[in-house]
Amino acid sequence: MKAAKGRVFRFGDNIDTDVIIPARYLNSSDPKELATHCMEDIDKNFVNNVSAGDIIVANKNFGCGSSREHAPIAIKAAGVSCVIAETFARIFYRNAINIGLPIIECKEAADDIKEGDIVNVDFDSGVITNETTGKTYQGQAFPEFMQKIIASEGLVNYINNK
Amino acid sequence: MGMTMTQKILAAHANLSKVEAGQLIEADLDLVLGNDITSPVAIHEIEKMKVDGVFHKDKIALVMDHFVPNKDIKSAEHCKCVREFACKNDITNYFDVGQMGIEHALLPEKGLCIAGDCIIGADSHTCTYGALGAFSTGVGSTDMAAGMATGKAWFKVPSAIKVELIGKPSEYISGKDVILHLIGEIGVDGALYRSLEFTGEGVKNLSMDDRLCICNMAIEAGAKNGIFPVDDITLKYIKEHSSREPKVYEADADAEYDETITIDLSVLKSTVAFPHLPENTRTIDEVGDISIDQVVIGSCTNGRFEDLAMADKILKGNKVADNVRCIIIPGTQNIYLEALEAGFIRDFIEAGAVVSTPTCGPCLGGYMGILASKEKCVSTTNRNFVGRMGAVDSEIYLASPAVAAASALTGKISGPM
Ligand code: SF4
Repeated sequence: MKAAKGRVFRFGDNIDTDVIIPARYLNSSDPKELATHCMEDIDKNFVNNVSAGDIIVANKNFGCGSSREHAPIAIKAAGVSCVIAETFARIFYRNAINIGLPIIECKEAADDIKEGDIVNVDFDSGVITNETTGKTYQGQAFPEFMQKIIASEGLVNYINNK
Repeated sequence: MGMTMTQKILAAHANLSKVEAGQLIEADLDLVLGNDITSPVAIHEIEKMKVDGVFHKDKIALVMDHFVPNKDIKSAEHCKCVREFACKNDITNYFDVGQMGIEHALLPEKGLCIAGDCIIGADSHTCTYGALGAFSTGVGSTDMAAGMATGKAWFKVPSAIKVELIGKPSEYISGKDVILHLIGEIGVDGALYRSLEFTGEGVKNLSMDDRLCICNMAIEAGAKNGIFPVDDITLKYIKEHSSREPKVYEADADAEYDETITIDLSVLKSTVAFPHLPENTRTIDEVGDISIDQVVIGSCTNGRFEDLAMADKILKGNKVADNVRCIIIPGTQNIYLEALEAGFIRDFIEAGAVVSTPTCGPCLGGYMGILASKEKCVSTTNRNFVGRMGAVDSEIYLASPAVAAASALTGKISGPM
């Protein structure tokens, strides 16, 4: 399967879906429009600074709160290629997989990696490489059927291909 | 080794005699739920799937509740999209303005969730129905689409935390205080990926409205689901609301739990969650002097009849403090009617509160009570995240209906006298 490579944007614990995409924008479900408000309530400049391929690194319980799929959709549409966190909230975890946004759990990487580092993630092996520092980390690789969903770019294609 | 109550329901719906924590299964669904925010995304996805309509027209519930009556053109377009989908697929349980209520208050009342069911909903508070002895959990819109198309969903079988309830709560203590206390103890990721299984002799001292409120906020501890054992209170509720036969599952005596937490209901105090996380709890005597601008009593957490009855007990014959806006939102049309017949609505209006038609409205910062910069609100809702109810520097304090009503009268966060 694929790999991701990009510059890191850092966030902390319990980044909730209300700051990822505030409810006041949920009267739209257009990914492009959602992307323009991604992370707005926690980092106003995020959408201006992020470029295609960049990576989000956060600590515990990333994506907690509402079930809005708009959250991973906004992150993906903003160009983010992967989210690394110590843990993800469970609905966000499902949603990310179902829409084909790669996410990976790894405590050491989440503790270590700094804002602006260039990081590479190999989805097949779960290996995360910090190219800025040269360090590598072993993230949790996905179970096989989830790999298939991600490889199909989401649950819809996966069901259609079955 | 035995199974937890949740594991038993999942095993039955996956046609397996046994499941273990961590196992990936595909389960048959009894109900798939969506609302006016999440359904349009799911409808868009199902249209991309090569399927012929929905799996079962009676086993899908579509509830227009977040932004209805429509607050703007975009929300109106979303509802129109869902309405057309419901019509085209002949969906039995489509609830629009006039029949609707906030989904998690409405579905139990309509008898659509009963003991033994396996339910997914594209709304995180779908975990509410665990109060009735069902397995129910929140998912995203794509899961909802797949559920509507196939009647199935994938799950990782969860392990569980056992929450042993003992004793009887005092007069002003409700389900909200129980769950805020628990989240304060274990944190917003304390039950991540796991079930919260409530048990113990204290269960009988909690009403169905209390249990619905407790399971509603299981997600605020990160849990996959919350669940109560089925007792006489459950069976009576189900009989009054549904014609279906409940299936009763019990945890095995040798079921394995990650940990056991005991809560003595008799010593609980009114509990308030400070900004900006539900785990930032303090008991009412530790709150200090905090002036407020707004009170909201409603939502899928606390917009039920007993919640309004508690608010009435405190507000009746009194006046809401100057400079406080007190907004009361019954959870469903039926609760609204019952409150009207009980005389609550008159009492609320005479006290200087406003009463709204059922809607999620301010709970998620939609409309009907948005906060300005630096404003503070005591709310019976379930989330106090940054910007949840309006300006990013506004503050939400989560509390029970008793604390919310008492605070409306004094203009600061207060316990009921
Ligand atoms: S009342 Fe609030 S928490 Fe409940 S469904 Fe509506 S927006 Fe969600």
